[in-house]
Amino acid sequence: MRYFGRGHGACPGCGLAIAVRNVLNALDGKCFVANSTGCLEIISSQYGKNAWGVPYIHSLFDNVAAVASGISEALKAVGREEEGKVVVLAGDGATADIGLTLHGMFDRNHDVIYICLDNEAYQNTGHQQSGLTPLGEATTTTPAGRIQLGKTGRKKDMVAIALAHGSPYVATSSAVLPADIRRKVKKAANIEGAKYIQIHCPCVTGWGIDGKDVVKVGNLAIETALYPIVEFENGKLVSVRRIKERKPVEEYLRPQRRFRHLFVDPRGKEIIAEIQRIADRNAERFGLDLKKE
Amino acid sequence: MMKVVRGFYSVAHAVKLCRPNVVCAYPITPQTEIVENLAEMYANGELENCRYITAESEFAAASILVGASATGARTFTATCSQGLILMSEVLFNAAGMRLPIVIVNTNRALSAPLSIWNDLQDSMALRDAGIIQLYVENNQEAHDAIPQAYRIAEDKRVLLPFMVCMDGFKLTHAYEPIDLLEQSVVDSFLPPYKPAAYLTTKKPLAFGCYAPPHVYMEFRVVMQNAMDRAKAVMGEVFREWAEVSGRDWGGHLEVVYPEAKFFVISMGSIVGLLRKVVEDLRKKGYEVGLIKLRTFRPFPAEDLRKSLSDAEKVIVLDRSVSMGYEGNLSIELKAALYGSSADVVSMILGLGGRDIPREFLEKLIENAILGKEGSGFKGVKDFEEVIP
Repeated sequence: MRYFGRGHGACPGCGLAIAVRNVLNALDGKCFVANSTGCLEIISSQYGKNAWGVPYIHSLFDNVAAVASGISEALKAVGREEEGKVVVLAGDGATADIGLTLHGMFDRNHDVIYICLDNEAYQNTGHQQSGLTPLGEATTTTPAGRIQLGKTGRKKDMVAIALAHGSPYVATSSAVLPADIRRKVKKAANIEGAKYIQIHCPCVTGWGIDGKDVVKVGNLAIETALYPIVEFENGKLVSVRRIKERKPVEEYLRPQRRFRHLFVDPRGKEIIAEIQRIADRNAERFGLDLKKE
Repeated sequence: MMKVVRGFYSVAHAVKLCRPNVVCAYPITPQTEIVENLAEMYANGELENCRYITAESEFAAASILVGASATGARTFTATCSQGLILMSEVLFNAAGMRLPIVIVNTNRALSAPLSIWNDLQDSMALRDAGIIQLYVENNQEAHDAIPQAYRIAEDKRVLLPFMVCMDGFKLTHAYEPIDLLEQSVVDSFLPPYKPAAYLTTKKPLAFGCYAPPHVYMEFRVVMQNAMDRAKAVMGEVFREWAEVSGRDWGGHLEVVYPEAKFFVISMGSIVGLLRKVVEDLRKKGYEVGLIKLRTFRPFPAEDLRKSLSDAEKVIVLDRSVSMGYEGNLSIELKAALYGSSADVVSMILGLGGRDIPREFLEKLIENAILGKEGSGFKGVKDFEEVIP
């Protein structure tokens, strides 16, 4: 039985598809998927071409956490909670912007594994800025222009928001770390309450990379400390993916079209320096560097 | 058991008897006491196999019920006004997914200006959602409407959300002697919910697929067909209810004095007042009758055409207005009477809780019959719009 596959229309190399397959496999398909409007919904749920081998619901862009809460409570009410875990699969915009109603799910601590598939912009509609778009990225709504050079704000810290709600399990992972995804989803499945896992999902079209470079670029996000891979249980940091030899952020930024302007425009230097400072702070905050002592 | 209770309790008690699995709401005046009563019942263990969820907004409440209903749970929420409008994105979606969620809307005006008082503007805004709308005259009818709402909504020929509309404050906060139903009566009338399709790992289905242009329209056509079938199903259920409970609320309409030349038509609690007004006018010699419209969606156009086929004049009393046109019921009624010779007078009154005294109402209708009162807003003071 394939839980996700037949007929899905993702681009070759799409990080979402890799992440979703590993999430569902980790749960042996024993789950209920609530999906927000976005890339994943569009590539998987066209009428007549449904790619889901698990019970699936897509309601709206902005309500997936609440829909999942309702599934979880209904299963309890009718005594069917043994049937499977409730999993949210939501994009970064649906999580950090329009669907930030997930605070209710965290607040009431419904038994849900909330997975944010973070490809760092509204990619389905052609690459518009979201709250999880990083500093400096050129999107169609934060383009590189004469007075503004890509996104000016920071990437929203959803991990901190989840932790602030007292979520019993909060973690990050990446589509390029399938074993890490499976381990974390399995662990989350054994913890009662509202869990949050944010998975970095390279997007070939939005990021402007080749399908064959997805793994390389995804790994560079980790190796530069721009995407720290961390795990919290009951608010306590319990594991981080350490970096042997941290790479400068240019190595991650340069191969991607979304950051190209930073290397063309002279003002890009200062933005790259600021992005490097973000990476340095991440490394320090989570202790990502393997000490050579 | 006859007991003097307030409107909100008559609803909460009936909901309990319907054995809901998930109750979820957000407080809003004048609905709050409905869910407060349910919360109390829940806290005291009176709701079996049920979860009561305090949502962070009406938008979330409706969304939680979408998930719960799709999972096969019997669901309930209550709201009104801004809350209903905040739910609206979700409710259109729930109707499209054919989820039989039952909602009580305690009709209240919309902001701005802010008003917590009664009119029908809120539910009228949901007219096109694919939600059944039933308007009740009093709290016994509201009480009785709840089990019927579940029966109709969950019927496999229907499968649509059902909204019971009751006037905020005028009904919700009014004390009335109510014949509170027995559990056994409701159990015999309303079987446990057996969903036609639901989310289960035993037979995975996908809800809420997206539909490209080559299939979208067919989904909308079947919704319209379900609304059409609902008319007949509601008729059956109304009749069965009359037998089971001994209270006959009529069909989609109740017609008083069907042979009359002049008719007054309206919805909701104002009908109680109109009964008295019509009696008084008849004593004065006017051949006037009354139509209480119960079902607003699906709209019983055929029933109205038949009932008004020989009418000379129809006086519509609206408590909402489609800005830029006229009263909502009036618009619908005129469309239903297209081609008929009846004269229609459209009056808009009682917005935002504006009082409608009986003597005032009687004079309005008398003058309308005599051709001395035309369409428009009634009971409005002289005022001047000031734009600085």
